[in-house]
Amino acid sequence: MFTKEEPVQLLQEKAPQTMSGAEMTLRALLAEGVDTVFGYPGGAIIPIYDALFDFKEELNHVLVRHEQGGIHAAQGYARASGKVGVVFATSGPGATNLVTGLADALIDSTPLVCITGQVFAHLLGTDAFQETDIINITTPVTKWNYQVTEASQLPEALAKAFYIARSGRPGPVLIDITKNAQQQKFGFSEYTPCTHIRSYRPAPIVRPEYVTRAAALINQAKRPFVLWGQGVILGAAEQEFCAFIEKSGIPAAWTILGAGALPTDHPLNVGMLGMHGNYGPNMLTNECDVLIAIGMRFDDRVTGRLDKYAKQAQVVHLDIDPTEIDKNVTTTVPVWGDCKETLPLLTELIETKSHPEWRQRFEQFQTEEVAAVIQDELFPTSDELTMGEVIQQLNELTQGDAIVVTDVGQHQMIACRYARFNHSRSNITSGGLGTMGFALPAAIGAKFGRPDRPVVAIIGDGGIQMTIQELGTIMQTGVDVKIIILNNQFLGMVRQWQELFNDRRYSFVNIASPDYVTVASGYSISGKRVSERAELKSSLQEMLQHSGSFLLEVMVTKENNIFPMVPQGCSVSEIRLR
Amino acid sequence: MSEQPIDRQEYNITAYTENQIGLLNRIAIIFSRRKINIESLNTSPSEIDGIHRFNIVIHETEDVVRKIAKQIEKQVEVLKVYFNTNQEVIWQEMALYKVPTDIIAEKASVERLLREYGARAVVIRRDYTVFETTGHREETDNLIKVLQPYGLIEFVRSARIAIIKHSDGFNRKLREFERTEPGSEVIENEFLNDRDKVFTM
Repeated sequence: MFTKEEPVQLLQEKAPQTMSGAEMTLRALLAEGVDTVFGYPGGAIIPIYDALFDFKEELNHVLVRHEQGGIHAAQGYARASGKVGVVFATSGPGATNLVTGLADALIDSTPLVCITGQVFAHLLGTDAFQETDIINITTPVTKWNYQVTEASQLPEALAKAFYIARSGRPGPVLIDITKNAQQQKFGFSEYTPCTHIRSYRPAPIVRPEYVTRAAALINQAKRPFVLWGQGVILGAAEQEFCAFIEKSGIPAAWTILGAGALPTDHPLNVGMLGMHGNYGPNMLTNECDVLIAIGMRFDDRVTGRLDKYAKQAQVVHLDIDPTEIDKNVTTTVPVWGDCKETLPLLTELIETKSHPEWRQRFEQFQTEEVAAVIQDELFPTSDELTMGEVIQQLNELTQGDAIVVTDVGQHQMIACRYARFNHSRSNITSGGLGTMGFALPAAIGAKFGRPDRPVVAIIGDGGIQMTIQELGTIMQTGVDVKIIILNNQFLGMVRQWQELFNDRRYSFVNIASPDYVTVASGYSISGKRVSERAELKSSLQEMLQHSGSFLLEVMVTKENNIFPMVPQGCSVSEIRLR
Repeated sequence: MSEQPIDRQEYNITAYTENQIGLLNRIAIIFSRRKINIESLNTSPSEIDGIHRFNIVIHETEDVVRKIAKQIEKQVEVLKVYFNTNQEVIWQEMALYKVPTDIIAEKASVERLLREYGARAVVIRRDYTVFETTGHREETDNLIKVLQPYGLIEFVRSARIAIIKHSDGFNRKLREFERTEPGSEVIENEFLNDRDKVFTM
């Protein structure tokens, strides 16, 4: 049996042998430590699937119901486990169905290697059956892509693919393999992982003088404020980050992709940034004197109106990707590099402080937000259920130990705002691209990536209907995913905007739902619908304790709005509580 | 259309890259995604085997061109990117002009033309003559105007090529890329070095 600890060793022991490109591809995956592949077969990738027939023991192939489901599952797998997600798809429509997932993975920096079949090399450009120019289609949505037309090119192409996908700022890579290259036999002796590409610098060299300048700024700051993003998680720098925060005593707020890097109940975790983030972090962005951004990219949903964003502050920006520095917010001191490396250098140079008065400002805003928004959302007195109380009850039952996978929309903002996270890599959501339909397949992938952890998918009644076919994947694999549908019978976020900014002209936001419990039972998945507060907790408990997957549909109040909100085109300090 | 910011000017982007299928597209879409027109594009092998050099001219603000340059350099197969104003480079474009030999020989003072515009005759045939000249845009444009009355048959102009005035050690830097691990000077990023002026401390 192949061991992950010394993957290359095992292959090196084998004598040089003749094998097909398809078999070599699978051996490369094993050498890279891949244990799970999400895929869907088709004409142009049949040779790889034929080779897979002999690798059933070593490689777990998950047959999805749609290639988009496959790539979202691979994203969920990668985000939960920290490993590279791998996808197989055929040429033509199989490959084009990956595009949304590639775009999502690129903007959310998720390491993926997608392998697509392609028509025979001699048919390229002839409009052959299921031929599509997937390399050019995916160029804007991949970190790197490459077409292989000869089996002998495969070892190097695959080695580069894994190296590029997981190094530096991670991202999706697509390798397109023509059918002849899969079939072709060639002499293959050993797989050599890629460790260097001369034109590619995964991370810039750390310049200590900039760390020194950053530390000087931080040490003289009276009202310093830390913003952190997914870079802390991608760099596996959670401990380094925590050490920095605790020594500096600086209040820290997170982007939704950064959630969980510092536990929710850590005293210096002051909450969520952005359009539906917490009151204090948004208001005080425009009052802090030094803003320290760590592994985040100042997305417009975080900054609101840029020319009124933190203009009073000196900005320190730590990022591994040089293009992010000065992209949206002009930096006073840039600290280029992997934060795993730069944070300890910075922690070393900063003074131990606690900033009690400044932190009290955040607490005051929090008190105000609780009174205006949070109390009613989490502990409502109205008859109808709220999304927030579902998350609140879930927190009490899971104690913050579950992986929470969310889709896109109102339920996503509620889940990100209120879900409790004790561990990193626990909040899996489509942040940058905002892909509805992400959650169900991503939750499946997350469970394969972390079978030891409970996985709860929280999905709206819109998003579930975009990839509901993946219930078939759950049925066939028996993977244990808990699905909560928060059904408000609306495309709620668009409805909220139409209510607030379009005079309640509810244009095509009424969405009908099937009977989800019946649909689930058609896939042999247990389910339940709840609309009464009295039954909520027991239903959630039943779901969590159920052996195997479970679908819980919660009927929530129809026209709730998510607040606080920074309206589009407004400054973060113009955030509305109602 | 919105008003153009006044600080726009021509910038010459120089990129050293691997010779890789598809890279031209990867670089081109960095511009087209931002709706920036490429005024001139030249790509050819550099002095180092396997390394290509792109010369790209755009009309933009410094802020935009700086971000674009970083985005190009971020691409896996790009080794190094520089950007310069026209004042910082020596640049040339080449042009070819095809004119009927009988008219040009009869009516124009060929010798004067060649002298005045630094042109030379590449081909002289009974039916047509091809002149060639190199220079800045205005210079190659002027010769069109002069030749138009003499029955200009065909005209073509090359993309711009440019050499950076302060290009100390380019060749040396490129050679370092050929080694397995590039030296620190190559890894060093110019953009970071240029930032010193923004520090207020």
